[in-house]
Amino acid sequence: MSARTLRAWSWLHKWSSLASTVFLLVLCVTGLPLVFHHEIGRWLGTQVIAPTLPAGTPRVTLDRVMAAAKARFPAKVGMYVSQEPGDDTIWYVTMGDAPSSTTDLKQVAVDARTGAALAEPALDRGLMFVLREIHVDLFAGAWGKLFLGFMGLLMLVAIVSGVVLYAPFMRKRRFGDVRRDRSPRVKWLDLHNLLGIVSLTWAIVVGATGVVNTWADLVIGHWRDHQMATLLAHYRGQPPVTFPGSLETAVANARAREPDMTIAFIAFPGTSFSSAHHYGVFLRGRTALTGRLVHPVLVDAATGEVTTSAAPPWTLTALLLSQPLHFGDFGGLPLQWLWAALDVITIVVLGSGLYLWLGRRGPVRQVLAADLRRAGR
Amino acid sequence: MKASWSLWGWPLVIAVVSALGLVGGLVGDGGWDWLGWIGLGVPCGAAAWFGLRRGRARDAR
Repeated sequence: MSARTLRAWSWLHKWSSLASTVFLLVLCVTGLPLVFHHEIGRWLGTQVIAPTLPAGTPRVTLDRVMAAAKARFPAKVGMYVSQEPGDDTIWYVTMGDAPSSTTDLKQVAVDARTGAALAEPALDRGLMFVLREIHVDLFAGAWGKLFLGFMGLLMLVAIVSGVVLYAPFMRKRRFGDVRRDRSPRVKWLDLHNLLGIVSLTWAIVVGATGVVNTWADLVIGHWRDHQMATLLAHYRGQPPVTFPGSLETAVANARAREPDMTIAFIAFPGTSFSSAHHYGVFLRGRTALTGRLVHPVLVDAATGEVTTSAAPPWTLTALLLSQPLHFGDFGGLPLQWLWAALDVITIVVLGSGLYLWLGRRGPVRQVLAADLRRAGR
Repeated sequence: MKASWSLWGWPLVIAVVSALGLVGGLVGDGGWDWLGWIGLGVPCGAAAWFGLRRGRARDAR
């Protein structure tokens, strides 16, 4: 590598890192507890737990579930009904002032076997809510999300340029060698290189999937306004459904169409995941992989008949597959702990990078120069 | 070539093992989960071993 190219890569690494480090630190610190959001929810007592009933207890209809939720919030309308993967004992009903509401949403957890309202999980308060909002969009809505996505792209630039710079610093040295007998800055330079290179794959994957996640609203909007709009062309011009028919009938018909799948969530007419005339019934498969994917079945909300059952576009599939790779929730608690460890490693890489930059005029400079001279030879 | 293996060999192994762990853990449960744990355990283990050990650095300077 010529001195000139080396300078160019150093410049890229320095500025891509400097521009993003503070935000990436915020993401790492808020992301750490989010890795354990289920466990923390259980510990804080905010996670709803259904009473134990004999297995095979019959389920009540979804219309009764909706009635129970509606009794809690008579002024609100249904937006979404969902179940957690692997737990069909609770329905989570999300309600708003209108199907398209984005603020002041309420949720009611309803027992799927008794139809009793179990709890009202808080959607817009609590520690985990604050951490999640900071992590997702810095409380700055769609633009905050896209801004963090851009910071993620800078992180990827910093990672690639960092790998290029790994070579001149580590040439002719043994892997994992940390010069602890020199100044602290030299030690931290070596640790920065070591921790950066071992966490490389994970950091790229979590960074890239995080960036993809910031485009979720755009992907869903595109699906709704293009593919779905084409499928539902003959509904164009009809007035929106104001009093949707039986949810139970709609869901039963959707399930009959795709008998091998289970329910992920149901979107009411007028929400982002449906049309003005349809229930969007989103089904998922039963294996580890297909359980991550959703298959939308659109059911006419007035008649309860299935209008279309079509595989989602690959963009939505890619988005859904990228989510577990960002959340680290696909391999049980051991994987969550490894996710947390790699998150901490990334915090150390970010912190040591900042520390090295702050001390760039100090003695570390001569060491860097010597390392680079040796590499140039 | 030799220099480049000594430089990139271990980073490459760790990168590939991590990638296998991520993909493997995602496609299935049970045995696949173990692949995920081992795959990501390797980078964490390497970070801990080389990052936390004391001494023995003098010879490699």
